[in-house]
Amino acid sequence: MTARASRLAIALLMLAVVASVCSLLIGSRWLAPASLWAALTDGSDPLTGIAHARLDRTLLAAAVGAALALAGALLQGVTRNPLADPGILGINAGASFAMVVAMAGFGISDLGAYVAVAFLGAGLALILVHAVAAAGQDGATPTTLAICGAAVTAVLASATSAVLLLDRQTMESFRFWQVGTVSGRDLSVLTIGAPFLAVGVVLGLLCIRLLDAAALGDDLARALGRRLGRDRAVVAIAVVLLAGTATALAGPIAFVGLLVPHAVRALAGPGHRTVLPLCLLGGAVLTLLADTVGRVLLPPAEIQVGVMVALIGGPAFVMLVRRGRTVAL
Amino acid sequence: MSTVTPTLDPPIVAVRSARRRVARRTTYALSGLTVVWVAVFLVRITQGDFLISLPDAVRIFLGAEIPGASYILMESKLPRAVLGTGVGVALGLAGAIFQTTLHNELASPDIVGVTLGASAAAVFGIVVLGQSGPVISALAVAGALGVALTVRALADGHNGYRLVLLGIGISAVMSAVIQYLFTRVDEFNATKVLQWLGGSLSNVDWRAIGLFFALAVPVVGAIAWRSKVLRVAELGDDLRAGLGAGPGSVDALIALAVILAGLATAVAGPVAFVAFLAGPISRALTGGRTRLVAAALVGAVIVVLGDHIGAYLLGDINLPVGIITGAIGAPALIWLIATGRTARGSR
Amino acid sequence: MTPNDIPRSGTTPSRLYARDLRLGYGSHSVVHDLDVVIPDGRITGIVGANACGKSTLLRGLARLLKPTAGTVILDGTDIHRRPTGEVARTLGLLPQQPVVPSGVTVTDLVGRGRYPHQSGFRRWSSEDDAIVAEALDLTGTIDLADRLVDELSGGQRQRVWIAMALAQHTDLLLLDEPTTYLDLAHQIDVLDLLAELNNSRGTTIVMVLHELNLAARYADHLIAMQHGRIRAEGTPDEVITEDIIRDVFGLASRVVLDPVSATPMVLPLSTRRKEAHERLDSRR
Repeated sequence: MTARASRLAIALLMLAVVASVCSLLIGSRWLAPASLWAALTDGSDPLTGIAHARLDRTLLAAAVGAALALAGALLQGVTRNPLADPGILGINAGASFAMVVAMAGFGISDLGAYVAVAFLGAGLALILVHAVAAAGQDGATPTTLAICGAAVTAVLASATSAVLLLDRQTMESFRFWQVGTVSGRDLSVLTIGAPFLAVGVVLGLLCIRLLDAAALGDDLARALGRRLGRDRAVVAIAVVLLAGTATALAGPIAFVGLLVPHAVRALAGPGHRTVLPLCLLGGAVLTLLADTVGRVLLPPAEIQVGVMVALIGGPAFVMLVRRGRTVAL
Repeated sequence: MSTVTPTLDPPIVAVRSARRRVARRTTYALSGLTVVWVAVFLVRITQGDFLISLPDAVRIFLGAEIPGASYILMESKLPRAVLGTGVGVALGLAGAIFQTTLHNELASPDIVGVTLGASAAAVFGIVVLGQSGPVISALAVAGALGVALTVRALADGHNGYRLVLLGIGISAVMSAVIQYLFTRVDEFNATKVLQWLGGSLSNVDWRAIGLFFALAVPVVGAIAWRSKVLRVAELGDDLRAGLGAGPGSVDALIALAVILAGLATAVAGPVAFVAFLAGPISRALTGGRTRLVAAALVGAVIVVLGDHIGAYLLGDINLPVGIITGAIGAPALIWLIATGRTARGSR
Repeated sequence: MTPNDIPRSGTTPSRLYARDLRLGYGSHSVVHDLDVVIPDGRITGIVGANACGKSTLLRGLARLLKPTAGTVILDGTDIHRRPTGEVARTLGLLPQQPVVPSGVTVTDLVGRGRYPHQSGFRRWSSEDDAIVAEALDLTGTIDLADRLVDELSGGQRQRVWIAMALAQHTDLLLLDEPTTYLDLAHQIDVLDLLAELNNSRGTTIVMVLHELNLAARYADHLIAMQHGRIRAEGTPDEVITEDIIRDVFGLASRVVLDPVSATPMVLPLSTRRKEAHERLDSRR
């Protein structure tokens, strides 16, 4: 790790701690550190409910952000595609659609089943997008992948809307989830999702060498002895685990997977040994800050984390694109 | 005309026949598209859960009063078919102009955020300012122009990935604004979310349609007047300038396209994928050439047909047209990619 | 012919020249305070190392770049003060990599060269047909009239682009590296075509060229650029000298007489073959 990268790692680590603390303390009601501690340790404290809700959403935001950022970095690396993002390539839309169908069509309400269904949807969308893009004349170029991702997203978003219009009840429960939110979910959600996220993260971090080889182009990667088909399958499984779980937990949050890897590469350079771990931290920091700011920006209303990430991420992303570092991976 | 004139030397004969062959193919494509559009239009106003026979429809147009049928035709079916045509033409033209002048298949108004900018401004006008009618049209056009100018200023003359990336960034911000505004409205209005995120022709009356056409027709006229420059704009900026068409002539055309997209969005929401698709589909039909009229007709067919399917596909559920255009438009695009038809001319 | 004197003396000004021309992108200046005269009815070649500003100069002369200082004069007036459509009827341009639009036939593409001659009221006429036919005939592309441009080979495509420039019917034609990406046979082909055009129609031709020996062979007038300034200009004999080549390209060379065209020919020296050169020298 270069000196620059380790400085960035330390900075991100500190930021993550600060963001977590802020997320615990700040909200419609301010909690002083001492009363927070008391509320968390003493079950009879009147603030216990609030404190636990804060803790839950803080953990959830950090986990979801880290997972999405890592998924984005993996996708961008393996496809050498600056536009790759679980949101843009249709993976989040696939997970959403599968969940809506499960909810409205089969009345599934068990969270474990949700997660499984989300994997299924995410995986199918990923396969569909790549299969279609690869069938084209020029193969799976960044352009065709982005177009196919946009196309598949549009199909799935249309189908999702259609199902929602058919079923008012599902729409009410889905309306806020669809925006992307980490509030109002208890820790049991995360405990079900956590094992999947953990496997996804480990698998993702095992892809470092593979991604560095992929960065050299298909021919060189093959010359280095990589088996491209197997490599891509491994990355795809990791992405589906990460993005599918994150979507099941918090709704389709776009932009984290696009923005964080670009920012990390711009600041730390392109090597995946540094990019992937830093993306975990960066993703957590971004969602934590977005969620915290969203709580206090327009009181008494709360701005959902999905909206906040887009509002923060959009301009930041524009700045990165303008600096011209995004297209070169 | 058809007699052989022996004085003509071979090269000019070859040139004429080459030119006529292209003209013939274009004529076939345009006539075919017109027939398809008329057919779709008739289906839209006569078929569905309430059938109106064609003679009855003609009689109603001529002033006859047929109980039930008159109202359904004149207040539901016909306005939606007319508006669908107008919106489709507007979005088809806007998309084809964007893609041609920017030399980029991805750079259509719906991908680079222009229609979402119009939506966000319109939703802001409805939810926060409580406005309606012409004010919403003005806001939508302002939103569309605002996003277009922002993306353009940020892209700084780069029409490739940079423009699309910036457009995607701005789109995300715009849809976040819309989503936030709609989590603020009451549950009753929640179905409207889908209209403003997807696009719909329901809930329009003749006044809104009249307003749309009054504003859009002059813009389309101006585009027809200025469109000649597309022939040289297609050749890249250097040749375009070398052939005597200044950058202003292209900018004017893009501005007209933005206004058109804004007007269409103001009345029907950002109907997904029409602007993006009309260009490639029309090119597939005209042998790869860009023809604005073909793109406009394709847009009209997509929207009218999509509205019909949305209205009657699922019994009493009236699906917004945007859901259908998304669902039928996207596979069409996938087919275009899979057969390699979009590969050419994209730069 | 002493083109250097023409604009200064002011008696018979050349149709296209530039005075104190400074060109650049943003704040970065590429061409510095340069005076240049394009002799009428001749072929002018602009040569120089990569990034010496030769393409920039050509773009400036074709009014694609607005000068940050100085002026380009076409037929006695500032080129930027004249309506761009009017300039397009006098001066044609073929950029290095024009965009090939999809689904366009050769005839259609060449016909687009008629754009500056058409206005809102005057659309396509039989005169346009005749001019397109002539352009296709001259460039030997009449057999391709029906073909799609994006299906042609590189050499054919370059001929079609030149046909389009011919259809524009201008007295001056500016070309940015018309021979790049072509093999040697097609390079000669394209240059012969331009020479023929210059010869039969008296069209003034200005082209940026990479290949020095071909430039020496085909150009009447050469402009050698270095770091955004003119290092030398004049006939090929005056410009292609060992000293100037060393300055402009940083390359030691020997200049001999081209046995085919009797124009100067540059033979680059290589450090690896030093002994061979010395052997050659000792034999002289």
